[in-house]
Amino acid sequence: MSLWVDKYRPTSLAKLDYHKEQASHLRKLVQGGDFPHLLVHGPSGAGKKTRVMCVLRELYGSGVEKLRIEHNNFTTPSNKKLEVVSISSNYHIEVNPSDVGIYDRVVIQEMIKNVAQVNQLDSSSQKDFKVVVLTEVDRLSRDAQHALRRTMEKYMATCRLILVCNSTSKVIPAIRSRCLGVRVAAPSQDEITQVLHSICKKEGLNLPGELAKRIAEKSHGNLRRAILMCEACRVQQYPFSADQEVSEPDWEVFLRDTATMIVQEQSPRRLLEVRGRLYELLSHCIPADVIIKGLLQELLSNCDGELKTEVVQSAAHFEHRLQNGQKAIYHLEAFVARFMAIYKRFLEEGIADLF
Amino acid sequence: MQAFLKGPGGAPPTKKPVAAQPSASGTSKKDVRQSKKHIPWVEKYRPKTVEDVAYQEEVVAVLQKTLAGSDLPNLLFYGPPGTGKTSTILAAARSLFGPEQFASRVLELNASDERGINVVREKVKKFSQLTASGTRPDGKPCPPYKIVILDEADSMTAPAQAALRRTMEKETKTTRFCLICNYVSRIIEPITSRCAKFRFKPLAETVMADRLNHICKEEGVQIGDTAMQTLMKVSEGDMRKAVMFLQSASRLCGQDDPITDSIIMDITGVVPEDMVDEIIKACHSDSYQTLDETRVNREGYAASQLLGQLHDRVIMMDDLSDKQKSIVAEKMAVVDKCLMDGADEYLQLMALLSTLMQQICHGE
Repeated sequence: MSLWVDKYRPTSLAKLDYHKEQASHLRKLVQGGDFPHLLVHGPSGAGKKTRVMCVLRELYGSGVEKLRIEHNNFTTPSNKKLEVVSISSNYHIEVNPSDVGIYDRVVIQEMIKNVAQVNQLDSSSQKDFKVVVLTEVDRLSRDAQHALRRTMEKYMATCRLILVCNSTSKVIPAIRSRCLGVRVAAPSQDEITQVLHSICKKEGLNLPGELAKRIAEKSHGNLRRAILMCEACRVQQYPFSADQEVSEPDWEVFLRDTATMIVQEQSPRRLLEVRGRLYELLSHCIPADVIIKGLLQELLSNCDGELKTEVVQSAAHFEHRLQNGQKAIYHLEAFVARFMAIYKRFLEEGIADLF
Repeated sequence: MQAFLKGPGGAPPTKKPVAAQPSASGTSKKDVRQSKKHIPWVEKYRPKTVEDVAYQEEVVAVLQKTLAGSDLPNLLFYGPPGTGKTSTILAAARSLFGPEQFASRVLELNASDERGINVVREKVKKFSQLTASGTRPDGKPCPPYKIVILDEADSMTAPAQAALRRTMEKETKTTRFCLICNYVSRIIEPITSRCAKFRFKPLAETVMADRLNHICKEEGVQIGDTAMQTLMKVSEGDMRKAVMFLQSASRLCGQDDPITDSIIMDITGVVPEDMVDEIIKACHSDSYQTLDETRVNREGYAASQLLGQLHDRVIMMDDLSDKQKSIVAEKMAVVDKCLMDGADEYLQLMALLSTLMQQICHGE
């Protein structure tokens, strides 16, 4: 019994639910038996990985689905031992080099050279190149990205790269210019509801349109999340009712409560309480930038127009610091304190105007 | 004939070249077809000789003089990507040394090779200390030096660059260095002063159009005039980008359909104009809510791309005063830096757009 997300993942380009035009383009691309390096980018849950797997399947047939997990060992120039887990089939290898932090360059150099320098033995029955799928390319260090540049050109004959990332902003232009960019936009709400309906139909369930729409709204364009939520609803209560509560992750509710607390009172004591809650969130492995974005969303709904600009500016400011800095809690707390200051000043000015 | 081909050992060696001829041409045809599929056009249409290098007159003139027999200085090529830096030096080296000696006379190191300070100390130093003879094996004269090409030199560490200094001077008799980088500012001063610097400029549109049309003709690709204009606009003087885009687009379209505007826009990841319009309109609305609903981030466009396009628009905007524009531009610079540092795209974009909104609606 697998999750619906995996169970109903489309396995061929023809079966994709949305971006059909793009799918047909990809199909044409692959039909020639060859393709350039690809850079697949788009927000999470939009179906990047699904498309990559579809392309690979189209290319090599069902052999790509026989996956095995390998542990690769590397040694850095400074004699530090690294271990990277890769998922591979006979035809492709998938690795997330950012797992090893600043040593990602070594992994890329070694791994790709290993794969690329080995020719397929019998090129008449197989494609004469392998595919290396690198995920989270936007988190690669500059060094590693530079290392990719020439490697990509040099081993073009025996190896194709598929790079997957959320945003191309952090990918250096030299790599972008060597790849064919494939943009996977998040599905629209209609598309999400459609997918939900079709899944429920296959499961033999009756999904009210109202509920599907609410799930789609709450998923913020993340299809994976929408399907997971839908499955959670199924576990909670079946038959579905139109006004059924769509369960959200606990931490979101927790975050929302935190935001309400901040708006209710602005004082050092409250700040201390909020800090406790932030620690709680962090210790449950919620990424700091997600926290800051969630807080912002909630706080903004309590602000006036002009205030919003100011709050957004400070959120952006502290999020940037957070990326540069070491400890997330300082910056989260700084943001909360700044918001309190802005908000309180606004309220006091409002009261002063009254009299 | 077939039987002969199957049993290569049975044939007398004297006949082999004659008999091998048809079979060779047969397989080579197949090879050509296969390799045609696999060689990216970027490699296929790389300039083969120095004369082929388009638009970089100064460096071509210098290299041609070298080919004619005069001495070669240490070189430093810098310029934006896709302007022909690597192609130029490779082509020059090939015509200097000929294909046979190319491998022994040229040491090419790039960022994908390990080249910390140890490599500079050992590999480069050893290579540069070898003497080279002034004649080719076939008796023709050839320059008595070797070339070390350090591609993407701006990603070398400063200590590694420093280790090069003395080597460069000491081994001038036997070795020339050619450093290639995007940003000359990342090369340490002592190195730049030891090299003849050449800036590679982004290619002019006419030059690019010539090349692209040539490739289109060779490959049998159909492309309309407007699509060609778009292609040129989005590639911004980067020849490699343009050729890559052209090949990708032709792959996407298949052989028969002409390449259209929309396909090029699609593969390049340029934000469509109407989407930028929508964002600008949202900025005029003076409501954060509308701004938030523009779905900028959900479409998967890169924030840096959008930033560039917004910048073009803001500069041209009539309803902003110069002062306001400069405020927005400054914010853009900050946002760009933050994005480079890895800050969240959504927050940064919202910060920028809200600044823009404020300037449009409340600025003075």
